[in-house]
Parts: sequence; structure tokens; C-alpha cells
Amino acid sequence: MAETHSLQDMRQQAAVAAKVFIQRDYTKGTVCQFQTKFPSELETRIDKQQFEETVQTLNNLYAEAEKLGSQSYIEGCLACLTAYTIFLCMETHYEKVLKKIAKYIQEQNDKIYAPRGLLLTDPIERGLRVIEVTIFEDRS
Amino acid sequence: MTSCEYQQIDPQALPTPTPAPPPHHGNDRDKREEPKRPRRKWQVFPGKNRFYCDGRIMVARQSGVLPLTLGLIVITSGLFFIFDCPFLVKHLTSCIPVIGGGLFVFVVITLLQTSLTDPGILPRATPDEAADIEKQIDNTGNASYRPPPRTKEVLINQQVVKLKYCFSCKMFRPPRTSHCSLCDNCVERFDHHCPWVGNCVGKRNYRFFYTFIVSLSFLTAFIFGCVTTHLALRAQGGKGLVFALQESPGSAVELVICFFSVWSILGLSGFHTYLVASNLTTNEDIKGSWSGKSGEGVTNPYSHKNIFINCCSVLCGPMPPSLIDRRGFLPTDESVQTAGAGIELPPLAAKSEINVGTKGLMESAALPPLLSTSCPQMKPQTAYTCPDSSPAVNSDPSPQLSTSCGARHTASSQGDASPPRHAKTRSKKRKLAALHIPNPSFDVPVSPTSPDAGPSSKASGSFTPLR
Repeated sequence: MAETHSLQDMRQQAAVAAKVFIQRDYTKGTVCQFQTKFPSELETRIDKQQFEETVQTLNNLYAEAEKLGSQSYIEGCLACLTAYTIFLCMETHYEKVLKKIAKYIQEQNDKIYAPRGLLLTDPIERGLRVIEVTIFEDRS
Repeated sequence: MTSCEYQQIDPQALPTPTPAPPPHHGNDRDKREEPKRPRRKWQVFPGKNRFYCDGRIMVARQSGVLPLTLGLIVITSGLFFIFDCPFLVKHLTSCIPVIGGGLFVFVVITLLQTSLTDPGILPRATPDEAADIEKQIDNTGNASYRPPPRTKEVLINQQVVKLKYCFSCKMFRPPRTSHCSLCDNCVERFDHHCPWVGNCVGKRNYRFFYTFIVSLSFLTAFIFGCVTTHLALRAQGGKGLVFALQESPGSAVELVICFFSVWSILGLSGFHTYLVASNLTTNEDIKGSWSGKSGEGVTNPYSHKNIFINCCSVLCGPMPPSLIDRRGFLPTDESVQTAGAGIELPPLAAKSEINVGTKGLMESAALPPLLSTSCPQMKPQTAYTCPDSSPAVNSDPSPQLSTSCGARHTASSQGDASPPRHAKTRSKKRKLAALHIPNPSFDVPVSPTSPDAGPSSKASGSFTPLR
């Protein structure tokens, strides 16, 4: 019990020791991708492979959101024909994937990161610039 | 450190405002401000934008000549329906008002969407992020003078691209992002700031803008054609043009407006079609970033090398979400993780939300010396990017060319990149562009798009000197 912190407990009681920022990876252009390089500050807290897997899954989800495929073209053409008024009523594909991402991050936090005293912040709250990893003080 | 920090942002579904949880720690800031009503992020937004309808609608601080644009379109179309349509329906076909009506509705809707949508503003970096970036940059001197321009190089599709550091937003600008000095925001895939629509044109509203100018070209050409036909039919039988104009005076006004605008609008549409097909922005085209002037083998790394795919990706690609979450609630402890402002937020008196919003923007912009030192040479006339670096690095076009769409088109036609179809309209456009260049600091009294246009235009008059 002492080892597993719930998200709420952690945020209310633990002090923030440091924050690590995973920056964007622009090698493929302006698509939203994050660097998978493992930051040294997290070495003592979490498995390198685990972390890289999380970031890679996020990258895949963002790639899915921004994918140029037949679905996005159909959505775009339909929107153009209706003078883009359907954006007022319909949830776009991107927004649907963002919800999926939010759920995934929450899941990862609950299962993997919170028990280790870490917290991932959804990149959308940072303008899709960084993945903010908050490191809480190790009280154990 | 409250539950609001982890709140998932759902930009589509906007719940009724729930009161924020009571603060656990009574620090001074909480005591000073109203604990009862939670504030939304648009009220402390650091850029020069105005918000209406509780953050649902946003416009740039200076709406430019948007009322004029709207007025011209409405008046010309109105005259068309009143003076020309009855005659043409009788003598030709009743499809004419239908087509005209459809085009008119399309133009107005896309114009409003271009003006009132978030163009792709990047929220400013939180203080933690900014500190982290600072740590990674070598400080070469002491703090008493402006540090040298900071750049970072990245490799995009085997092309070296320099990312500049934005002193206002405290972050390295992503590729194709530029800081608009008129709106004081970094905008993704920045195209230009258009005074005719009173907003920046960027990643999120470029397709609206393109659809607007294309449909406006069709509308203008259509009205021009119909008016000419109308007058020609009336002048038949030896009656003469003067007689026709006397019978239908509205047509004369339409003729003048359409004649002068059709060339520039058609030219602009053509130019933007070229940009869309090559996946370029106006900003890149004017600076010649990818035209090979700066060296061999410099190509546009963002182009898909296929005109069709370029067009599809720019116009029909997925619609990115707004990153600024203007209707989200601020955490109650007024932590510095608000819209990246990173400043001590002033207490605001209890007034209507819209007034509070405008005043809040003024006050929050007045406070920080941090933000105001970031662009000391910033003048309204300067180009899109914040002049935060030496002239050698920051290639600003001359101030006169930086503001209007028409002028921008002129600038590009003077450069190498203009396609042949513009050649014949170049000289006409230069004359027209000279007429069209508005002074960006020209504060057009905003026509009441909202009840608060009065106070906010007064506010903007006193606001400018603070920056």
C-alpha cells in the first residue's frame, strides 16, 4: 500500500522534485511526433523500454490523427461543400483521436507512472509542444 | 496541484460551468480575488486578441478593415439582387438569383469563419518549460543586454531548417511557425496577417481563407458578368449606355466596385492556388526560404512532391484542434500554468464577462516587464516575425509591404516566384495594391459586432502604447 500512490494522493501530498520535458521530433516534418530518447532523470524511476513504448504509442496515435487518408479527404471535401459548417456540429476525426490519447495517458498514469511517483501530462495541455513528466519526491 | 491540473480538455463538449473546488490553501492571491466565479482561460490570454460569446469567438485586437470587407460584399450583393435580378429573371433565367444567393451565402460564411476562428495560435511556454529550455541554451553574456539570437537546427526530410527562439512566447518556434506582431501570438503554419479579414491566416483557418477568396472571385466575376449583361440588354435598340445607367443606378455602383476588385481578387486566388499546389506559405514565398536563393539543393521539405497530394493535404487534411483551450477554466490557485502567461494575475473587479475579459487582457499585458522587453523594437508596421534578432538573421520585408494581402501579392510578383499567369495583371495590381495598403495601426472603429465594441475600441487606443 505504501508503494502504490493514487493519483489524487500524490498530487495533493507529494512535492514536485523535478519536471522533465520530452520535446517534439521534427525529422518527419510538422506532424506531431515526440522524441523517444530516454531522459537521464528518469533512469532511477522507470524502465527505459516501458517509457519508450509509451512515447511510441503516443506517436502512433498522433500519426493516426493526422493521417492523410481517404477518411480525412472525405471529411474535408464534405466540410468544404457545406462551407465548413459541419465543424460546428460534428466532432472531427482528430478530436476523436485526442480523446483516445487522453484516455491512454490516464490509463498509463494509473497503472504504470503513478505507482512510481511520476505523472505524465497530456501534451494537448501544453499546446502539443512537449510531454511533461512530473517527478514527485520519493517518499519510500 | 489541484484536480483541475489533470482535467482532460474536451474542446467539443462544453459543460455548464461548475464552480471550482474551494481552495485548500488560503494564500494572498486567493483572498484578493473573487473565490466564487471561476475564470476561463480566455480572460487571461496574453496575446492581443478579443473574445466574444464567453470565449467561443475570437478576433485580432485590430479588426482591420473587416467591417469594410463585409460591408462591400453585402452592399454589392444587395444592389445586385435589387437592381439586376428582377430584370435578368424576366429576360434570361431565374437561376441567376439562385446562383448569386448561393455564392453570397458561401462567401459570408467563409469570411466569418476566417475572421472568427483561432488561426492556430500556440500557447506560450509555461515557466517550467521556459526554464528547461534556458538550461539547454548556453548563456554567452550577462543579463544587461539582449542575448544573441537563439536558433536550433533540425533536419526535416534531409533538409536543414533553423528554428528560432521566440522571446515573447519563450520557446523555440516549431517549423513554419511565426510570431505575428499585430496579434502578439505565435501562429502555426503562419501565412500572413490579413487586415481584410481582421485575423491571422494560419494552419487552422487557411482552408477557410482559401475558400473565401475563391468563392469571392466567383461571386465578383458573376456579378460583374450579370451587370454587364443587364446594362447591355437595356442599352439595346439604340438607347445607349447612359440611358441604361439612368434606369438602373445601382448597377453603376456595382460595376465600379466589381471592376476594381475582380482583378486583385482573381490574382490573389491564383497566387494562393499556386501556394497550395506547392505547399508553401505566403511568408515562405516572400522570404524565398525554399526558392534556392540561399544555396544549392534547397527544396521545400514539406511538399509531398505531388500537386494533387499537396492540395489535398492543405485543403482537405484533418482539421487540427485549437491549442489554446480558451473556454477551459483556470486552476483556482492561480498557478503559473495558466495560458503560459507566467505572471502575477491582477485582481479584477466584478463586471460583465466580456468587459472583464478585455480589461483583463489590458492589465495582464501591462504588468510584466518580462513580456514587454521581449520585442522592444516591435512596431505595428513590421513584418510577421517578431524582430527579436539581428537584421542579418531576420529577413523582414520592407514595412510597407508587410501588411495587406494586395501588397503581399505585389511583393511576390516582384520576386522570382510568381507564376506566368500573373504577368499581365502585375501592373494593374501594383496600382491597386497602392490603394489597398491600409495602415495596420489605423484603428477602424469597429462596427457593433458585439455590444462591447465601443469600450474595446477605446481600450485598444490606450492599449497600444503599453507594448
